[in-house]
Amino acid sequence: MAKELRLMKGNEAIAESAIRNGVDGYFGYPITPQSEVLEHLMAENPIEKTGMVVLQAESETASINMVYAGASCGKKVMTSSSSPGISLMQEGLSYMAGAELPAVVVNVVRGGPGLGTIQPSQADYFQSTKGGGHGDYRLITLAPASVQEMYDFVGLAFELAFKYRNPALILSDGMIGQVMEKVVIDDYKPRWTDEYIAKTCPWATVGKPANRKHNIITSLELDSAKQEEIVNRIQEKYRKCEANEVRYELIHCEDAEYLFVAYGSSARICQKAIELARAEGIKVGLFRPITLWPFPSKQLKEAAKNVKGILSVEMNCGQMIEDVKLATECRVKCEHYGRSGGMIPDPNEIVEALKKQIM
Amino acid sequence: MAFQGTLVIDTEKCKGCGVCIVGCPKKVIALSKKVNHKGYNYLEMVNEAECIGCANCAVVCPDGVITVYRAKI
Amino acid sequence: MTREEIIKNGELVYRRTPVLTDNVMHYCPGCGHGTIHRLIAEVIEEMGIQDKTIGISPVGCSVFAYNYFDVDFVEAAHGRAPACATAIKRLNTDKFVFTYQGDGDLAAIGTAETIHACNRGENITMIFVNNAIYGMTGGQMAPTTLLGMKTVTCPYGRTVEANGYPLKITDIIASLPGTYYVTRQAVFTPAHVRKCKQAIRKAFENQKLKKGVSFVEIVSNCNSNWKMPATKANEWLEANMLPFYPLGDLKTPEK
Repeated sequence: MAKELRLMKGNEAIAESAIRNGVDGYFGYPITPQSEVLEHLMAENPIEKTGMVVLQAESETASINMVYAGASCGKKVMTSSSSPGISLMQEGLSYMAGAELPAVVVNVVRGGPGLGTIQPSQADYFQSTKGGGHGDYRLITLAPASVQEMYDFVGLAFELAFKYRNPALILSDGMIGQVMEKVVIDDYKPRWTDEYIAKTCPWATVGKPANRKHNIITSLELDSAKQEEIVNRIQEKYRKCEANEVRYELIHCEDAEYLFVAYGSSARICQKAIELARAEGIKVGLFRPITLWPFPSKQLKEAAKNVKGILSVEMNCGQMIEDVKLATECRVKCEHYGRSGGMIPDPNEIVEALKKQIM
Repeated sequence: MAFQGTLVIDTEKCKGCGVCIVGCPKKVIALSKKVNHKGYNYLEMVNEAECIGCANCAVVCPDGVITVYRAKI
Repeated sequence: MTREEIIKNGELVYRRTPVLTDNVMHYCPGCGHGTIHRLIAEVIEEMGIQDKTIGISPVGCSVFAYNYFDVDFVEAAHGRAPACATAIKRLNTDKFVFTYQGDGDLAAIGTAETIHACNRGENITMIFVNNAIYGMTGGQMAPTTLLGMKTVTCPYGRTVEANGYPLKITDIIASLPGTYYVTRQAVFTPAHVRKCKQAIRKAFENQKLKKGVSFVEIVSNCNSNWKMPATKANEWLEANMLPFYPLGDLKTPEK
């Protein structure tokens, strides 16, 4: 079948992609600005199309624990929410990282702290990339900058989650979630069969046949020596992930004397800022991290080698800039420009910030 | 019909809680004066001839340490 | 007849079910958890569903239930077992799914998950062990702690003024249309154990009917934190727990 082109909201693209990628279950709770994910899934009634289960849970806490348990069975399961809801899910995410379970979580970020606002924000960068819940763990974090990437990253996130047996996060925001764009969508991929799961996920709790030991999904180990071994094994996995899974994009960097570093919505706005700046003769490029964890540190260091300064443009009060400074070892002048509380920066503002703070 | 019963007790797994002793209708069992490797006074049969193999002891045992046999007499 | 002759020629009346592993349970001597584990395992064996059963353990003393059942097991976050069971059953409709939870897990931190799984009518079995105290953490007050009962966090006895009333969550659950079978049992005498096993059997068999939650509360002991020997704890249970938590079916399909 030929590829289909549709006009969709980012949130709808997440939902449609889930159905078409053979996801087994979605468990979620409504919250603005991501409720269209659940609404689209309910409207599509995928149990009839692919057998995918969709359930509106009683809370985000219940949702993430449904995801935990669904993942325990080797199923492709996911949830989505927005910032306050994602905070409630941190317990479950930590448990999933500890029990080494693959799952996909989508955060359509809104401004915080607290109940904050329902407008777009990137203030959950720390929460997403530095842990969020308790214990030494990481989330594989993908940052889409378009509705097409919202669609594409569902499949990619599941691929990475299962490859590393760790939850993967799609870190979007209220703008990418709500904006409508053209999306190329795939044909339906079948869900995994029980036989396939038994073969590829020998750890899954699917019912114990006579010929194997019982499987246990837990994150508990009271023997400290053993727990340290588990933590070390998980860390080793993270090092592999850092070595192999870094994704990023370079835009107009070839001749750049200055660099914007920005992801998601900010990266889109920076592209317009580049156009405006270059019209004034300022040679500026964009380094867009696509994986926020693992952060493309080496690649950024390389890209920043010949520039005079970096502006980290974020819809927050300065979070990613810490990783930018670490990556560039503070060898290049690096400043943050951001808006918060759900405010979206204007491209002119960004050019002005570049001139004022960096040039 | 009358039965004679007997017990096989996994004395190393017995924790000596004594719940089974209360449940025995024939006062067949008691805690030993000796202890197992964990230091528990384990269960033993003290009145073997009276055992009817009713399995009351095994049924209330939290640790499942009692196996019960019986034969018609 | 000698002992050897009885063993050799007689019938095997009772043996530990192979659906339990050989691991020695960490529970205190005389704790009802062991008995309840055994009953569930026996039901799984008798129904021949070992390969189709997925258990979910709570946080609390029975967190390690997964070490004792020779079936696939998921260890849930504190209170979240009913949410876990919901997902597992919905994604594996042909499997038998059960939760095993204590009073703190099911009736305090997990109240929302409990009520909503029951109200959705999930086709699962829920085993609720109520010993009116937090065992694992060292004897703190539970939602089900009786009035006047002393715990380390109500050392002068639970009062209505300070702590509110003991929660009869099973009564609430029985009132929900999503539940199919709700019963309260005990395991402190052989007769109670036999009856409890029938209830657990029924609660598992009901999953074949797809008619909603089957919920078995088991009023149990905590001799360590009640600070009495096991046999005395069982007497205390009968004298104090059962008048407030009376045994019997709260909701049966027949009624």
